[in-house]
Amino acid sequence: MAVLVDANTTVICQGFTGAQGTFHSEQAIAYGTKMVGGVTPGKGGSTHLGLPVWDTVAQAVSAARVSASAIYVPPAFAADAILEAIESEIALIVCITEGIPVLDMVRVKRALSGSRSRLIGPNCPGVITPDACKIGIMPGHIHRRGKIGIVSRSGTLTYEAVAQTTAAGLGQSSCVGIGGDPVKGTDFIEVLEMFLADPETEAIIMIGEIGGQSEIDAAAFIAGNKVKKPVVGFIAGATAPPGRRMGHAGAVISGGNDTAAAKFEAMRQAGVHVAESPAALGSTMVEALRG
Amino acid sequence: MNIHEYQAKELLRGYGVTVLEGHVAWTPEEAAAAAARLPGPVYVVKSQIHAGGRGAGHFADDRNGKGGVRIAKSVDEVRAAAEAMIGHTLVTKQTGPAGKRVNRVYIEAGCDIARELYLSLLVDRATARVTIMASTEGGMEIEEVAHHHPEKIIRVAIDPAAGIWPFDGRKLAYALGLSGKQVAAFSKFVTAMYEAFLQLDCAIVEINPLVVTGAGEIVALDAKMSFDDNALYRHPDIEKLRDESEEDPKELEAAKHSLNYVALDGQIGCMVNGAGLAMATMDIIKLYGSSPANFLDVGGGATKERVTAAFKIILSDPNVEGILVNIFGGIMRCDVIAEGVVAAAREVSLSVPLVVRLEGTNVALGKEIMARSGLPIISADNLADAAEKVVKAVKDAA
Repeated sequence: MAVLVDANTTVICQGFTGAQGTFHSEQAIAYGTKMVGGVTPGKGGSTHLGLPVWDTVAQAVSAARVSASAIYVPPAFAADAILEAIESEIALIVCITEGIPVLDMVRVKRALSGSRSRLIGPNCPGVITPDACKIGIMPGHIHRRGKIGIVSRSGTLTYEAVAQTTAAGLGQSSCVGIGGDPVKGTDFIEVLEMFLADPETEAIIMIGEIGGQSEIDAAAFIAGNKVKKPVVGFIAGATAPPGRRMGHAGAVISGGNDTAAAKFEAMRQAGVHVAESPAALGSTMVEALRG
Repeated sequence: MNIHEYQAKELLRGYGVTVLEGHVAWTPEEAAAAAARLPGPVYVVKSQIHAGGRGAGHFADDRNGKGGVRIAKSVDEVRAAAEAMIGHTLVTKQTGPAGKRVNRVYIEAGCDIARELYLSLLVDRATARVTIMASTEGGMEIEEVAHHHPEKIIRVAIDPAAGIWPFDGRKLAYALGLSGKQVAAFSKFVTAMYEAFLQLDCAIVEINPLVVTGAGEIVALDAKMSFDDNALYRHPDIEKLRDESEEDPKELEAAKHSLNYVALDGQIGCMVNGAGLAMATMDIIKLYGSSPANFLDVGGGATKERVTAAFKIILSDPNVEGILVNIFGGIMRCDVIAEGVVAAAREVSLSVPLVVRLEGTNVALGKEIMARSGLPIISADNLADAAEKVVKAVKDAA
């Protein structure tokens, strides 16, 4: 088991023949991900990295079994690519692209509701189940298959959690980068639900940031959920000055709960093992598992 | 990106939002000429800076004088008010103690105010929709209202598929206690605001106060607009409204190199890849007893040029006593980053302690390049080690 992706996940890449799509598809193939081809409008019928290229996602799904799509197209075209994947009912869409206009994501989010697709991202490192499937830009070699589920809003900070759990000999069941944008496909609670239901995941690391209140909601979810697994939490941005990320009206609508201090406190109240330092994610988990 | 009030009003007027007649002026003479074009006999002279609280603020050279928004009852009074504002520094609750220099003023017709309301539009991340917020408490800081009277803030989220409809406006209008013709006028006003928000890719539009005039008209008396930086590529006309004098010069320089930089007031300069890790690096510096001088995310492709530009920006801050470079490159090759750091350190002839933590492909080679460089670069093995070493190095150097 694991969550979202495993050895049977078959993946296409949108933006396949571009520099990013090419590089990260090569890396994914080398890692063992079952890549079945890619989409680049205008290049259909050709071959790239030894795999077929299609003009549209619809052509890809009629020619091959596709369970996931990795999107590496530039920000101006990313919402279009996500919507095309939703229209073809791709079950898992992972969008790595950073810098998508937020109003594009508002429309994408509306299109996702009631669809057959789940979107991870955008502006995220992607999803990996070690030794089985890697969709995204994370360095494969730092991962070890194991028992910790990792969910994070931040890319490189996820790698930090991975490196520390690998060094502690715990390993990871799956790692999910949900992304740093204000409007995104999947939030903490949905990934926590998956990890709590996954028998391979024995404990969870959750990494949040300042801004918004999804960590507060996640803490309430953890406190109220019947299934209990040890959760280690960290929030980045305790030293960030207020008002820099969001305008005033934005700070109002989040109810003033969007500081690191408020989020750490909500996690403590929910029984989460808080790592005071981003260097203590692994050691806090070792202690939490000791009970 | 933010723009000035007069620019926001001009944009909103194009969408059918009711604003008062007004003209921008760069000199007291222009201000007098602008007033002469208005009907009078009452004028309002408004300092144009990218910060709120102008009316209640004061000028740095006249602490007990009037604020940044003044009523004038003649063209001569307009000229005098403009004279007191242009070229002077206005200090408000939002500018911080240093204040902001006023370079232009907006001369607007006076207005007969019956009621002051509040209206704003923004993307609410919890609902993933454009949300309209309104309140009967116009003219007050909305944070204060939210804190003391949260029940006085009304929210309506717009379904992006259906768009805005008159009932959305009516819902807000009745909640604000409007009646008769005002209800339809308000609904029309809100619809125009929503259209402007969508078409211009706004991040926030705030009208505070929104006034009901004695004649029952709905008018935007103030307007604050900021735009989604990620969408500026499709709005070249908006980009032209940027006022660089309102922005931090270090942050502007950083943006030119695709670096995300925010100046802070600590001693340790940071260069990190990724926003989350950059914040976490700042946090850990604090945990080890010092404080960060900046937030700096070099992004994914840290080339030699970008690393050099980042070093120069960090070192242009006179408070920096040490630098911590923390790159968790993953797929990025550490030897390439190490070469960039060495070249940059040479080019800027580095005079403060430098601690580098590298992680990713070819780590050993990267460390060797730094060791062989002959530069006093302190290498660190992990995040905690890096923070400890940089804090100690700065203490030892002092």
